[in-house]
Amino acid sequence: MSTAKITYPPADPAGKPEEVTIRFKDVRKEFGSLVAVDRLNLDINKGQLVALLGKTGCGKSTMFNMISGLMSPSAGEVSVMGQNPFEQFNWFRGKMAIVFQNDRLLPWRTALRNVELGLEVLELPKAERTARAMQWLEKLGLKGHEHDYPHALSGGMRQRVSIARAFATDAQLLLCDEPFSALDEITSKRLRTEFARLVRENGKTAVFITHSINEAFDIGDRIIVLKRPAEIAHDIRMSAEVGEEERERIRKTIHESLAH
Amino acid sequence: MSIATGTAPQGTFMIDTGRKLFWTVAPFVLIAACWQFASLFFPPYLFPSLIDVFARVVEILTTWSQFSSVLATALRILGGLCGAFFIGVLLGVLIAQFQVIDRLLTPVLIFFQGVPALSWVVFAIIWFHGVEFRILFIMIVTTLPAFTFQVVGALRGMNKDLLEMVMSFRPNRRKFFMAMVLPAVLPEVLTAWKVNLGNASRVVVVAELVGSSGGVGYQLLQQQQLFDMAGALAWTLQLVFFVLVFQWFLTLIERVAFRYRAVSERSL
Repeated sequence: MSTAKITYPPADPAGKPEEVTIRFKDVRKEFGSLVAVDRLNLDINKGQLVALLGKTGCGKSTMFNMISGLMSPSAGEVSVMGQNPFEQFNWFRGKMAIVFQNDRLLPWRTALRNVELGLEVLELPKAERTARAMQWLEKLGLKGHEHDYPHALSGGMRQRVSIARAFATDAQLLLCDEPFSALDEITSKRLRTEFARLVRENGKTAVFITHSINEAFDIGDRIIVLKRPAEIAHDIRMSAEVGEEERERIRKTIHESLAH
Repeated sequence: MSIATGTAPQGTFMIDTGRKLFWTVAPFVLIAACWQFASLFFPPYLFPSLIDVFARVVEILTTWSQFSSVLATALRILGGLCGAFFIGVLLGVLIAQFQVIDRLLTPVLIFFQGVPALSWVVFAIIWFHGVEFRILFIMIVTTLPAFTFQVVGALRGMNKDLLEMVMSFRPNRRKFFMAMVLPAVLPEVLTAWKVNLGNASRVVVVAELVGSSGGVGYQLLQQQQLFDMAGALAWTLQLVFFVLVFQWFLTLIERVAFRYRAVSERSL
């Protein structure tokens, strides 16, 4: 059974050039004979919180790596804030921060010093970076744990430290690669709610990769559903106007789409 | 009641500490007792009394002309290890980064590892004139492969996830080295120092024994020619003391640098 492509409410046209933060233009990425991404065209505008939803192996991580500049496309063009993220890797210093699937805390640094990492790279004065790191640890409910080493923190606390580390740099673009997938459902739900609130409060643009439909619904202003190989199946703008019945219909359609 | 609950853990701690101390000291006391017992039945050139050995140890430590030999050997060990370490780090980085250099150098270093220390001593005597340079050469060439391989292993074994995380902040080279590379490779580097310290102390004695007019190795040769077992033991102990002090210093660095490590309540 095939599912009709849904765009609800109808997507804006590509958006004004100055508003586009991420642009994929006819992007193709191959790994030998495997085509991970094929002729992908996508614009993500400034201030959007986009959930990239898809099954394992659909090219989400490849897209993520191309946005973050860790990988270059085989063909086509990826631009982030008008720059090529692979070729102008260092230009993005302080402009882009990543929350990874696992916390990736440096075990030899305390929670505080882990949060300070990005600020050290930006060469902020010691007092300023400590103050800013403390402020973010406090915002994420980790006051009192700033001098704990990662091994002394729970999984949820460690992931919160990694979120604080990403936010502390005040980067305009946040990339998140299934950051809560290793946590239990309750902690995961609480953290993603917190994360979405912080993104909106701080006016960031965020790309959130997930394979969970519920997570995409909890987080995204916009949900992009990917089919293999990284082809856009659905591009959905979520808003308060979308009623519960409509949400359920969209959820069902996405589920059917991903099942194929 | 409160006194009882307060003293119980302290009492347990004292007993544990006492037990640990006993088992640390006991083997040495046993060997010393056996030796002292043997000294009652054998001539001093075979088993000298430990009192005589102790007197010779004190004499070496308090006589500058003798103590300077201990210092000379210690400096040769440290100098050789530092030289091998710096060259080893350089080669290790090059090998880890460039496959061509890996293919060229790794077989050579493996070949070097197979050459006995005594052969290097002979080569050094034939090739070079200066005593200090000969010893430095021998020390470097015998400890270099281990340092290099440890650094290569440490660099290649760096956690890829952590590496990508640090790279995602786009640090410059210096910051990347300080935040990621140095702390990641430090445990293996310190292990390399510990292992090489023992090797170096053995090699330096051979080098001094054959090709030097000073140092612990040279002094050991003198004691052998005089059949002075007490002297031979006393000079050997100087070297052991040095190795122990340096090992203790390395352990201290480890304790401070690796305090972040989780300690399991259930030990191996």
